[in-house]
Amino acid sequence: MSRTPIALHIFHWLFVLFMVAPLAVVVLVSFTDKGYISFPFDGASLRWFQAIWNQKSFIDSFWLSLALGATAATLAVVLAVPAAMAIAWHRFPARDLALALLMSPLMLPAIVLGIAILRLLSHLGMTGSLAGLVAAHMVVVLPYVLRLVIAAAAGYDHALSQAARSLGASAWAAFRRIELPQLVPGIAGGWIIAFVTSFDELTMSIFVSSAGTTTLPVRMYNYIANTIDPLLAAISTVLIALTLVLMIVLDRLFGLDRILGGKA
Amino acid sequence: MTKRLLLPYGLVGPGLLAALALVALPLLLTLSLSFLPFTYADGIGDGFTMANYVEIATDGYYQEIFLRTFLLALIVTGVSILIGAPEAYILARLSPFMRAIAFVVVLGPLLISVVVRTLGWTILLGNEGVINRVLLSIGLISEPIRLMYTFTGMAIALVHVLVPFVVLAVWTSLQKLDPATEQAAESLGAGPLTTLTRIVLPQVLPGVLSGGLIVFALASSAFATPAIIGGRRLKVVSTTIYDEFLNYLNWPLGAALALVLLVIVLVISVGVSRFVERRYKQAFQ
Repeated sequence: MSRTPIALHIFHWLFVLFMVAPLAVVVLVSFTDKGYISFPFDGASLRWFQAIWNQKSFIDSFWLSLALGATAATLAVVLAVPAAMAIAWHRFPARDLALALLMSPLMLPAIVLGIAILRLLSHLGMTGSLAGLVAAHMVVVLPYVLRLVIAAAAGYDHALSQAARSLGASAWAAFRRIELPQLVPGIAGGWIIAFVTSFDELTMSIFVSSAGTTTLPVRMYNYIANTIDPLLAAISTVLIALTLVLMIVLDRLFGLDRILGGKA
Repeated sequence: MTKRLLLPYGLVGPGLLAALALVALPLLLTLSLSFLPFTYADGIGDGFTMANYVEIATDGYYQEIFLRTFLLALIVTGVSILIGAPEAYILARLSPFMRAIAFVVVLGPLLISVVVRTLGWTILLGNEGVINRVLLSIGLISEPIRLMYTFTGMAIALVHVLVPFVVLAVWTSLQKLDPATEQAAESLGAGPLTTLTRIVLPQVLPGVLSGGLIVFALASSAFATPAIIGGRRLKVVSTTIYDEFLNYLNWPLGAALALVLLVIVLVISVGVSRFVERRYKQAFQ
């Protein structure tokens, strides 16, 4: 680092400023005591954080997004783990095709997937249903889980399974006691990324959610489209704080660059 | 033996069924939707028509929107590469502690909702916003520059949302770099600049391009940031699709717009990554 030119240092700090600035102003504005967007330097308060509790619609959406994220991530794990085992450990015709199809939601713009699933749901008469929302989120987050579980499975030594079977373990016992534990880091990382992706998802959800199933990002988007006030900044600040905690946990457990590698 | 042969299909089957039912089938339904006629009086009709595609191809209104969208995506991609790749290089040279902090700052926003990040930009970019007030108070400008509801404003906010993908991709390819190649260049008398341009850059180029590709694909189909920063007048393809579907209820035209967007993005993505793969293979055979 000592040999790094000063210009690079300046560039780095400007870059950091660029990345932090929009989030920092949101946090600052949320502490204002005014009724409009302004900085708290001439009067700070927590009134906008207290105001969140009176906004039942936002609270409901928060819980919905939380439950939706957990459900979608869990369903994605249930589908992705066996699929990852097949793709990582077996050679079979149509293997590449299967992988491409499972990963395809990553290639498709969210807006295209949103209207496509809306079209499907309207065909089935399920527009705005919770089941439709869960299914849509599940298929969108599945690739993140699949990729991390395939990566975990790729390093697995099959001699372990053979040893277990030769010692009399059934195929199921070998899976549960030997193979599955080896995949756990990939599954855990995949679940978390899947959960966060679902929790943050906006573009597709706009089309798939309804008045009764409005996720938090959709509610925030609809709110911004009408007005921008410190209430929204306060809600955003809570989300930023929660994300920060999650990030520290993730960095300790997996390393932030490795887990986010699954997102790109 | 047959049981063993069928095992992978049994494992991959449930996921595959979900992808077929929730991705492939909906796309086919959208394709058929895009060929249906539509009138504002009667809504979606029966039959088969190319009218929606003809309208997109011939109406200057839509041509302008497509042009704006891909110009925006191109600029956002270029800027993201120009600032993201050097930042990844700097990250690799930071001390472990500073790097850990920089990671949270640079990559962390990927975990934060785009709505939150765009809200931050609306506070910064407004006529009464932070950027204008700072520039006015230090006397750099005499009257506010319009940034909200402008192309520039959209580009700035989108770079913020997407540049982490370039940093991440370049960082990953820097990790694979063999430090011995740099040392060899230095010991043979190459200066830092020569080492950077002749040794490091060619090896991380695939990372730069794959990061750029992700940014391009996401920028050309981004919705929230253009919708909030661009407003109702400065439309891009995705906000136009939104309006056709949810405001005008002209689903067939919205479906046709979405499919044209999809095809353009896919053709460019597949084309560029094929090109990169070929070049990459040649360089390291």
